[in-house]
Amino acid sequence: MIRIPIIIIAFYASILSAFSQKIDTANYQSRKLKIDEVNLVSSYYRQDGNNAAVTGGIGSEELTDFATTLDIRGSKVDRKNRINSYTFEIGVDAYTSASSDKVDPATVSSASASDLRIYPSIAWSRTNESKGVSIGGNLSVSTEYDYLSIGGGVNFFKDSRDKSRQIGVRLQTYQDQVSMIYPIELRSGRAGGTQSRNTYGSTVSFSQIINRRLQILFLLDLAFQNGFLSLPFNRVYFRDNSVDVEKLPGERFKFPASFRVNYFAGDIFVFRGFYRYYQDDWGLKSNTAEIETVVKLTPFVSFSPFYRYYTQSGVKYFGPYQVHEKGESFYTSDYDLSKFDSHFLGAGFRFVSPNGILGIAKFNAVEIRYGHYTRQTGLVSSIISLNAKFK
Amino acid sequence: MLVSLMATLGCKPVKEYQKMYLNDSEMELSMRKGQRFENNFQLYREGSAGANGGKAGGGCGCN
Repeated sequence: MIRIPIIIIAFYASILSAFSQKIDTANYQSRKLKIDEVNLVSSYYRQDGNNAAVTGGIGSEELTDFATTLDIRGSKVDRKNRINSYTFEIGVDAYTSASSDKVDPATVSSASASDLRIYPSIAWSRTNESKGVSIGGNLSVSTEYDYLSIGGGVNFFKDSRDKSRQIGVRLQTYQDQVSMIYPIELRSGRAGGTQSRNTYGSTVSFSQIINRRLQILFLLDLAFQNGFLSLPFNRVYFRDNSVDVEKLPGERFKFPASFRVNYFAGDIFVFRGFYRYYQDDWGLKSNTAEIETVVKLTPFVSFSPFYRYYTQSGVKYFGPYQVHEKGESFYTSDYDLSKFDSHFLGAGFRFVSPNGILGIAKFNAVEIRYGHYTRQTGLVSSIISLNAKFK
Repeated sequence: MLVSLMATLGCKPVKEYQKMYLNDSEMELSMRKGQRFENNFQLYREGSAGANGGKAGGGCGCN
């Protein structure tokens, strides 16, 4: 656990030193690949509750997660004056989880034995500004001890002639492998190995500039999942005190739609609003509403309090500890899928300096955010994140 | 529906040189970098996902 922060500090140090060096612009070539932006984002997340799915809806949900991502964006203008943008990103999560140690308390063969997730990705896009068209694609991998996810996607965007509106289409897939690690007392007679979980998603977006201060965005998603959608180590205790692993359908169809609106009021306030409706064929419906008010204390310093309200109906297969009857087709005691409301409240602080920060000319901006989350089920969590931007 | 909404809101053409407020980084119609981690834990702790620019699948979120 100590190694990860040292790696993160080394990341920060290497980027600071790289941007401290003077860049020779005498031989500048306009068609050469240039680095546009580097972002280093770290976060620390901590949660606690008493409804762990691993122990059938009872037991500690204590969890900590230290995450860092580094993304590097570059661009190059080709012979036809199209802008080719490239983004490389790598992320590392180091987590501890009280509940996953309950998969097999006697050994370290639990699902979180290595407690590390690594997720690199690359993305490319080509923009033809004269035609107002952009196309792109991405590839990603996410790997942890008991889970492998490989993702890929393509996208297309078209601007209106006056560049006041944009229509976009995205297609995305994730091809995942779940390692079949069962609770220790339920391993006898069950095959191990892996099972597949596949996700296919499409997004249609529409953005519009309303006037000099107001712009909006609509997003419509359709997502289909099939394969093994349960988790093999989540226990369910039935009314007769017998126990089995969670069992959920092998298919799920999701339909989320959202609306985002940003408004610049006067010269000081920016209001950022977001609403989402979600429905799926497991019976879950949800509404999400979020408002963030940015207060520009100076042109370079801003303070942004935010609040998010979320409510969901729960899936029809959910039942608490010892409530499910044996013989039901599907069952889970995962409280993430239960009926609840949640509140997320926090604030961000952002400092932007065109002349650099800490004497480093390219160190362009720094942002710190903190949020506190409370869920009706009793789960509480906090998250703090730091974003350093080099431009 | 979109067309009628646009008509109701009264969209006005905005020239490039008039986009001082729209081009402000706070006006971006996407999540902030730091929000990605917030979105990530909400994705795991809640039953719904998608339509917010974040990923709608992939990754376990087991714990």
